[in-house]
Amino acid sequence: MAAAVAAFDSGITDVVIIDREKEVGGILRQCIHNGFGLHKLGRELTGPEYANHYKLEVEKRGITVYADTTVLSVTPDKVVTATNTSGILKLQAKAVILAMGCRERSRGALNIPGTRPSGVFSAGCAQKLINCEGYSVGKRVVILGSGDIGLIMARRMSLEGAKVEAVCEIMPYSGGLTRNIVQCLEDYGIPLYLSTTVAEIHGNERLTGVTIAEVDDRRQVKPETKRYIPCDTLLLSVGLIPENELTRGAGIGMDPITGGAVVDENRMTDVSGIFACGNVLQVHDLVDYVSDEAEIAGKGAASYVKGLDKAENRVKAVAGNGVRYVLPQRVNTRGGDTDIFLRVTAPFGKVKFTVKSGDNVIATAIKLRATPGEMEKITLKADKLRTANGDIRVDLEEM
Amino acid sequence: MSNVKYTVAVIGGGVIGGMISRELTRYGVKIVILEKGNDVALGASKANSGIVHGGYDPEPNTLKAKLNTLGVEKLFKAASELNVPIKRNGSLVCAFSEEEKAHLDLLYKRGFENGITALEIIDGDKARELEENLSESVVAALWVKNAGIVCPYELTVASIGNAMDNGAELITDFEVVGINKDGVFEIVSADGRKVFADYVVNCAGAYSGKIASLVGDDSIEIIPRAGEYLLLDKAEGGRVKHTIFQVPTKDGKGILVSPTVDGNLLTGPTASVVASPDNKETTADGMNKVNTLALKSVPTVNFRNVITSFTGVRASNKGGDFVIGESAACKNFINVAAIDSPGLTCCVSIAEYVMDVLKGVGLKLELSADFNGTRNDPHFFRKMNDDEKNDFIKSNPTYGRIVCRCEGISEGEMRYAVKTNPPASDLDGVKRRTRAGMGRCQGGFCSPTVMKLIAEERGIGKEQVTKNGGGSYIVTEKL
Repeated sequence: MAAAVAAFDSGITDVVIIDREKEVGGILRQCIHNGFGLHKLGRELTGPEYANHYKLEVEKRGITVYADTTVLSVTPDKVVTATNTSGILKLQAKAVILAMGCRERSRGALNIPGTRPSGVFSAGCAQKLINCEGYSVGKRVVILGSGDIGLIMARRMSLEGAKVEAVCEIMPYSGGLTRNIVQCLEDYGIPLYLSTTVAEIHGNERLTGVTIAEVDDRRQVKPETKRYIPCDTLLLSVGLIPENELTRGAGIGMDPITGGAVVDENRMTDVSGIFACGNVLQVHDLVDYVSDEAEIAGKGAASYVKGLDKAENRVKAVAGNGVRYVLPQRVNTRGGDTDIFLRVTAPFGKVKFTVKSGDNVIATAIKLRATPGEMEKITLKADKLRTANGDIRVDLEEM
Repeated sequence: MSNVKYTVAVIGGGVIGGMISRELTRYGVKIVILEKGNDVALGASKANSGIVHGGYDPEPNTLKAKLNTLGVEKLFKAASELNVPIKRNGSLVCAFSEEEKAHLDLLYKRGFENGITALEIIDGDKARELEENLSESVVAALWVKNAGIVCPYELTVASIGNAMDNGAELITDFEVVGINKDGVFEIVSADGRKVFADYVVNCAGAYSGKIASLVGDDSIEIIPRAGEYLLLDKAEGGRVKHTIFQVPTKDGKGILVSPTVDGNLLTGPTASVVASPDNKETTADGMNKVNTLALKSVPTVNFRNVITSFTGVRASNKGGDFVIGESAACKNFINVAAIDSPGLTCCVSIAEYVMDVLKGVGLKLELSADFNGTRNDPHFFRKMNDDEKNDFIKSNPTYGRIVCRCEGISEGEMRYAVKTNPPASDLDGVKRRTRAGMGRCQGGFCSPTVMKLIAEERGIGKEQVTKNGGGSYIVTEKL
């Protein structure tokens, strides 16, 4: 919706939104907790409220929404085929913005040994059942993964009267926001076990318990640390995977680290006229940044349709020491100020980021703390960016 | 149901029970299928390799050899009548040493003795010509050209569905705990229900020994052997075209790497004797073994693309051959037991063989004019082109609403699965019939909606919808 609004406001008013759900808003609709919008709107909203802000903006502009409609394919020529209860739709677009979000990594992908009872949910699935469908999913809970959804669900399950026995995190640090660890675990007395995983799942019909165990530095289970926790519910919050089936179907080049498309500073992919933004491009931790990214894509798509995107001075932006990825992966050196986003490879204390092109320093940034769970943003000033004489690279040094 | 007398009671709703039931309805016989679970295809028929074996493996002159040789083409024919996807992709049995290569010669000879001619021994290079991702260490392979792949649970659902369409009755949640015989059989379930029949066919899979013992027949000793599998995303489905075996050992046909008819890649199984057929756990060791041995055949398989793991339990026995015939301890009680590999391949030939057994003990079998062996294709919708879909959606709007995004399954297809013989009653039942929840998200997105559809179609509350029957509830209460 943010991309559609931005495209509209940039003068391209013939915009349609296609969404598979009956209501727009995506995963925000089930995120009834607060904490959304602080950066973007200067207000603290719940997920549905944040979505509603954009829904109203969309309505104000009279942008057409095809809800309850699933896109089946997007071609490189920008023919979008979709289906809904009225039939099969084919739309010829001049530009397409992909904003399909993520799915959650499933139990199967983790290869957790044991039986296959009911009561093992992805955290988001449980969230939907509780918050949207209005059903309780269990009474005694273990959560694997300390990403934000796992943390939020630890609190949510506690509020519904369930006992959350443990949150296990296979890594030696949490992937979630610090504020969520404090507000969702510490405030509720829920233990967080780091370097710990679920080693076995038990129960033939409903889940009856899990065996948890510590892992060594190769993430292998230490058998002597195995212990059994009786529970009827296991929530998995073990990572998000950008849902790029349509993207791949359109033959768009992908970044193996982000799991999303390779894009330029306008968020255009390597297929001309197809853009991507939000969690389908890279997993974000704050929705505010999702909206920012969507606006970039929306404006970029509008420029593209108007034939204004003539940049031929793009260089690659690559990750150096201590940096897992950089996005966008291609940057126009003759454009305006450009923000680049990145994640670090491990938790660090005080660090300095240096953005260089060859020996030219384009930007530096000092952060008091950097963790893989929090996305970093560095602004590249237009005048400095012009000095780039080749690919730019971001390195991290510990201070 | 109570006090209705059937001519034949088939105990066990697996692929063998399904095909036997379908054959019996071909002759218009009044039958009932008694299934312990809440759905069909819950035992070995759910979790096996899904291979149509060429017939080189069974020892000559065994029942397995005879029925395998007969069974391949019969299965292809039945699957096509039942609209079950089946594919003749051929298989390669790979040898990694000169010693193993010698074993291929043995298999070739054995196949020849069994009447299988679609066999050829090829060298490693030729094998890699057929399969570019095959390991460089493969020195030779037995190319089994008549072999194929089929979806075993879909075949089971379809055979039982077709039998039901032709008059068979299916009673689920009927765990047989007692069989009394006073002229007719009185079959008693764990919850006290009774069914009467003139003949009993025992095809209870891993539990067939237990069922036989209810009529005083202790001759069947099932040794449950668990096999663990890893199923990979469709992104890996094109890794091989043929089913890739390794030279078999005494424990079984070893770890295979095979495409599935649905386009995934299947690896496994292990083989370990377990105490009980209920033991369907996967283990870290088992999964590691599958991973390592599959890579031995096809080193490029990307195991990061695993979408699920599961364990199936084979109903093996000491003798190593199928046990099919009237029980020595009880007249008119037919055992169809110890049906392990290549049982799936033989399901139709076994069913026909059982008809002969039943005739031999006095059951009159005359072809019924009313029998229709064709089952409507439950996947008609996904096979349509966009124009056809568009037309169909106009009069059937729910087919336009995609519920399972990973596999592209519509609400209409799911509702159809809950209404069509044998009706799906839970999430796993819908999954096996439609593939909803079988994709890369494993139901994370669609299961709340599938639950709702099942509750609506069955007129029950969502709290009563289960994953796979019994106490496998999903939500506990309305908040």
